[in-house]
Amino acid sequence: MNDGTHAMSILIRLQNIKKMYQMGSEEVHALRGLNVEIKKNEYVAIMGPSGSGKSTLMNIIGCLDTPSSGMYELNGTNVSDMNDNQLARVRNKEIGFVFQTFNLLARSDVLHNVELPLIYGGVGGGERKRLARESIARVGLTDRAHHKPNELSGGQRQRVAIARALVTHPSILLADEPTGNLDSKTGDEIMGLFDVLHKEGNTIIIVTHEEEIAAHAHRRIRIRDGHIEHDEPVTDRRIIHHDIAASA
Amino acid sequence: MRLYIDDLREGLLIAFAAIRANKMRSVLTAIGIFIGILSVTLMGTAIEGLNRAFNKSIAAIGADVLYVQKWPWGGGGDWWLIRNRKDIKIEHARAIQRQAELVRGVSPVTGTSRNVKYERKIIENAVIVGTNDEFVETSNVNVALGRFMTAMEVSGGRPVCVLGSEIAEGLFPNESPMGKSVKVGGYPYRVLGVLEKQGSFLGIQSLDNRVYVPINRFFKEFKSFRGGGIEVWVKAASLESLEETKEEIRGILRKVRRVSPKQPDDFAINQQDIFIQAFNQIGAVVAGFGLFITGLSLFVGGIGIMNIMFVSVTERTREIGVRKAIGAPRRSILIQFLIEAAALSLIGGLLGVIVAFPLTLVIDNVLPTAMPINVVAIALFVSVLVGIISGFLPAFRASRMDPVDALRYE
Repeated sequence: MNDGTHAMSILIRLQNIKKMYQMGSEEVHALRGLNVEIKKNEYVAIMGPSGSGKSTLMNIIGCLDTPSSGMYELNGTNVSDMNDNQLARVRNKEIGFVFQTFNLLARSDVLHNVELPLIYGGVGGGERKRLARESIARVGLTDRAHHKPNELSGGQRQRVAIARALVTHPSILLADEPTGNLDSKTGDEIMGLFDVLHKEGNTIIIVTHEEEIAAHAHRRIRIRDGHIEHDEPVTDRRIIHHDIAASA
Repeated sequence: MRLYIDDLREGLLIAFAAIRANKMRSVLTAIGIFIGILSVTLMGTAIEGLNRAFNKSIAAIGADVLYVQKWPWGGGGDWWLIRNRKDIKIEHARAIQRQAELVRGVSPVTGTSRNVKYERKIIENAVIVGTNDEFVETSNVNVALGRFMTAMEVSGGRPVCVLGSEIAEGLFPNESPMGKSVKVGGYPYRVLGVLEKQGSFLGIQSLDNRVYVPINRFFKEFKSFRGGGIEVWVKAASLESLEETKEEIRGILRKVRRVSPKQPDDFAINQQDIFIQAFNQIGAVVAGFGLFITGLSLFVGGIGIMNIMFVSVTERTREIGVRKAIGAPRRSILIQFLIEAAALSLIGGLLGVIVAFPLTLVIDNVLPTAMPINVVAIALFVSVLVGIISGFLPAFRASRMDPVDALRYE
């Protein structure tokens, strides 16, 4: 998609991003002119108290929402003025979401849940099954491929969600409080998996309000009142030492 | 193309999973469509049956016969004007008989009702028909036993009669009626013969409950209450020349009835196709009305589907959000919910057809019907269509949902 080496390394470029909402008669400014650049294979934590605008920022980065003004370039393509269906395509190809509440389809088994992005991406049957199984293997759930989500533990469900996010080989893995619904041990397992995925070359953005979770990242962006308060490297990195993907 | 197939497959999968997950709700919703399809199918079959019964009845009359009458079939015209027309008289029939060349038979026909008696047995209010020897030709009836009246017996006004099959069976269950003397309205008549069974007209009016007597005698003994007004049945020389025969008769009648060239006919020459036309017009109105009324129940069923689809969309707001987040375009969401609505409706439609089929066999005993295969196909097609139409608004709303709001929905 890109030619220059500099552009190659920059994955996300946000320039003067503003977002306003109309709440009744009042105008709420969720983002007040943000400038962020995120390079390929970065591991970023976006932090901030509720109401800070971090969810809005995540929605814009994830192409679920468009900014009121400003420019968002993802992988060299301007996505700030795209329509619904174009954004859907970008989400499908470029972004893998991991949610706090897993958001799996309850009536479908693991395999079908993981296949879903490929169905919307127009990948044919045989190739689709192969990619889905491959992705399920990466999170260590091969023997659970035909289980329904309600037959799995919380940690396993989140791993299915991660497999679903990875299946299209997206540019960004975008996780919103991925351990929020898990106990700390399972949470550690999931964060360990993210560490592995980062080492494998994935770009990871985690939205969280927990310092411990943010400590896994290499870079911490703090948002407050729609501004970037701090944007700094993580010095006290927390590393999970055992290899989760292998142990599962 | 591949995308559409996958959308359809995915839609079907989701639809049936959703229907299975909400069995009670789905069944109740499908019942609305079931009743709609059932009533429309039964109504359609009944109308079809009526049409067939009519066509069968009308075929018995004969397509190459013209009926000269005061009143035109199929209505129309000024009621008072027609009422005040001169009656059709036996002289007019004679004029046609004498002058017309393109005819195979001419019968003056008139009728009344009287009791018919033989010894102690009595048939009340039988139809007494006064006609002539050519009636066999003009009415397409066959004589089963004995013979019809002759020209001599007609002109001489002899006290002879020919019985319809029902009368013959009623009065002579165990003996031959030939040569027996029956009392028609109190007057004695000698039986010449019995006609073949003809069945009924539209299932209502029996054609076998009749006694045929010479028209000259009829006038003497049962003078028609209309004061001598009759009708004339004319069998054309051939079906092809029907129109020419009609013109010929028209000319003859205008002359004998002294209609001046500028005036319109003061009589009607009716033929079957007018009757068929009139019936089809009435039939179309009845059918349209019946289908409209029964269609209302289908409409109500459709509203039920729309209602439950709105519920389904709202319940699955989060699922819609997830699908959108992982890249489902609007079209895929729309198709998914349309398929669910169509599947619900199709289930109702299938049940409707399955139940309607044996019921049409029951109707078959009263009306000659059968549910044709195209009615089945149409019923299923209509139920899918109703589902898609009813499901469109909810599906459209789902497809337009904002992914952020949908994901946040609790």
